[in-house]
Amino acid sequence: MGRMTFWGSATILRSAAFGLMTAAGLFLTQHGAEAAPKTAITVGMAIEPAGLDPTIAAPVAIGQVTWQNIFEGLTTIDKAGKVQPQLAESWQISEDGLTYTFKLRQGVKFHNGEAFDSSVAKFSIDRARGADSVNPQKRYFASIDTIETPDASTLVLKLKQPAGSLLYWLGWPSSVMVEPKSAADNKTTPIGTGPFKFSGWAKGSKVDLAKNPDYWNQAVSVKLDTAAFRFISDAQAQAAALKAGDVDAFPEFGAPELIKSFEGDKRLATVIGNTELKVVAGMNNTRKPFGDKKVRQALMMAVDRATVVEGAWSGFGTPIGSHYTPNDRGYKDLTGVYSYDPEKAKALLAEAGYPNGFTFTMKAPQMAYAQRTSQVLQAMFAEIGVTMNIETTEFPAKWVADVFKAGDYDMTIVAHAEPMDIDIYARDPYYFNYKNPAFNDVLKKVEATSDPAEQEALYGEAQTILANDAPALYLFVMPKLGVWDARVKGLWENEPIPSNVLTDVHWEE
Amino acid sequence: MTRVLRRPVFLIGLVITLALFAVALLSLVWTPFPPTRMQIVQRLKAPLEFGLLGTDQFGRDVASMLMVGAWNSLSTSILAVLIGASVGTAVGVIVAMRRGLLELVVMRGCDIVFAVPPILSAMMLGAFIGSGRFTAIIAIAVFMVPVFARLTLSAALQIWTRDYVTAAIGMGRPKARITLAHVLPNISNQIIVQVTIQLGLAILTEAGLSFLGLGMPPPAPTWGRMLADSQTFLGQAPWLALMPGLAIALAVLGLNMLGDGLRDLLDPRDNS
Repeated sequence: MGRMTFWGSATILRSAAFGLMTAAGLFLTQHGAEAAPKTAITVGMAIEPAGLDPTIAAPVAIGQVTWQNIFEGLTTIDKAGKVQPQLAESWQISEDGLTYTFKLRQGVKFHNGEAFDSSVAKFSIDRARGADSVNPQKRYFASIDTIETPDASTLVLKLKQPAGSLLYWLGWPSSVMVEPKSAADNKTTPIGTGPFKFSGWAKGSKVDLAKNPDYWNQAVSVKLDTAAFRFISDAQAQAAALKAGDVDAFPEFGAPELIKSFEGDKRLATVIGNTELKVVAGMNNTRKPFGDKKVRQALMMAVDRATVVEGAWSGFGTPIGSHYTPNDRGYKDLTGVYSYDPEKAKALLAEAGYPNGFTFTMKAPQMAYAQRTSQVLQAMFAEIGVTMNIETTEFPAKWVADVFKAGDYDMTIVAHAEPMDIDIYARDPYYFNYKNPAFNDVLKKVEATSDPAEQEALYGEAQTILANDAPALYLFVMPKLGVWDARVKGLWENEPIPSNVLTDVHWEE
Repeated sequence: MTRVLRRPVFLIGLVITLALFAVALLSLVWTPFPPTRMQIVQRLKAPLEFGLLGTDQFGRDVASMLMVGAWNSLSTSILAVLIGASVGTAVGVIVAMRRGLLELVVMRGCDIVFAVPPILSAMMLGAFIGSGRFTAIIAIAVFMVPVFARLTLSAALQIWTRDYVTAAIGMGRPKARITLAHVLPNISNQIIVQVTIQLGLAILTEAGLSFLGLGMPPPAPTWGRMLADSQTFLGQAPWLALMPGLAIALAVLGLNMLGDGLRDLLDPRDNS
């Protein structure tokens, strides 16, 4: 009987506790609904950067955490890919295009309290272009001859030769302004002038940012108090984190085939935009038979780009006909130059002396897009009698050593991430081993002018030359598969430069 | 015959194994669809919606891929086990014949090989000679050698103590002759049983290697790679993971049951 009583009272106790908890829960949810919108966000990223200084290492993940959040540049690039003033209020370019005079913003302070002035700007640029600089875009500063600082708010760049893209380059993550005292430690504790301060980095998990209360730009009202970048590499885990609400946004969701699983989930919004990631099958232009333009053109005609996009990336992505994306200024749709035509491709191969096709090896990195694209290409080349063997290579280390540096390959597939990097075809050496003086001339002309319209026309010419010569097979632009809580607003839909700009991000009420 | 019928384990194993071999051989002359033909418009169709077992992310017929995969998996595994068994057995009987320091060296050598998982040795081999079928065969075979060496050594040592062997030694027969005439025939049952069981293990290892991209390169369908490719489609197309998974499980189960059954059947002590 005693036992029974005990059991009974326990039940009563338990239900009482349950009732209390339910009441508390109701109270909390009601309270939450009435309160102001959330001021914290957790943004998911697939890759964790090794350091946080975009001026000393190339991986785009660095800029995706820090650019425009922690660090700012003299100029910036907006969500339409256009150059805008930032720490430089305005500028004047001399007639000959050799002198750039920047008027710098006053009253800007770094997160450690140091003031931003012309000497800091000079330091930043000198650090990036110096002899022992490891800046990933060091060549962008090569045209600068001398830097003068007549007063604290004026910076004068004297150039050796005109550099029409200089203002654009100064907006890149690798050109951000850093301050002499903290620059050396930016890799682990980044100090910039941006709307967010670095507040912590749990290696292997996340980077935390907090609002900068002393942000100079009064024109924007930063609504977030804190932001965290969480690193989740596995696509299934990314999807699970989104569904569970552990992550509020995944601006670059990793697996297109999982996008469908978010359909019908009213809490999440799926936003498909464009990136700058050009998926390109590069060929070794010095190796037989790829030295023959006809062979390359025939291979291009053997490829049905729409099917490649469908097979490799579940139909997300935009076919391209040259090394240029629809985001970029002066874009021309050149997918029609060598459109899918296996019969013509066979005829062209025969003309080039390969009526029975040939055999070559594709060195495909392990990433899903590269593996799948290679398999689709393999089936398409088989249709015109060309046998492609696929050899999986490890990216980045082995790929960089074998393909990129040593040029030991027939064909490879990789997504070129840098915006407006059409000039890689003029570089020597570069892994395509493509040499065309006419193309190099066009790119020289681009730098010789600072007139945007003229530049765009020249970029159009450059695109056309590549589409005709087909030094690489131009396949598609990777989509930006954004998945985030439907109440989160202000994230960029497209990505004219790899980034996660949080300045305008807020929760809808 | 009644002894066979009274052993369901053996019978089930035999049926599964025979079916596996039949499918593998059939794939050489016929598959429902060409296994490498991509029909992107038919991608990710469910079983029976297109073909018997549906299609993968490129619109290839899963049933056809499984059939060819069975052949690729079996042929690789059989070759690997045959190489491993021949070398291992040879090492085992030679050591049993010589003994002494050689035995010590070979057995410790076996320990070393055992200590390195076949996946790891395949990765090392792949780094030297490139990944592919040959690498997979060698990697699995290397792992099989010590298994057979140890088995044959202990079995052969028992035979060497038998009276008829002592008699043969007494008659001045050379040791190599005795090995061929008496030792090998008397341990062959155990080797056959072990071959069957190791074949199952080889199929599992081969699947593991091609799962990691160390097996036959695409477009050749392999069960392991089908499984690896299916991962991201798990929510959308679960059959892509289920089918090759079932195939691997069935094949290994069948061969293990056959091996167990054979062991019971061939055991000379079992006279029931």
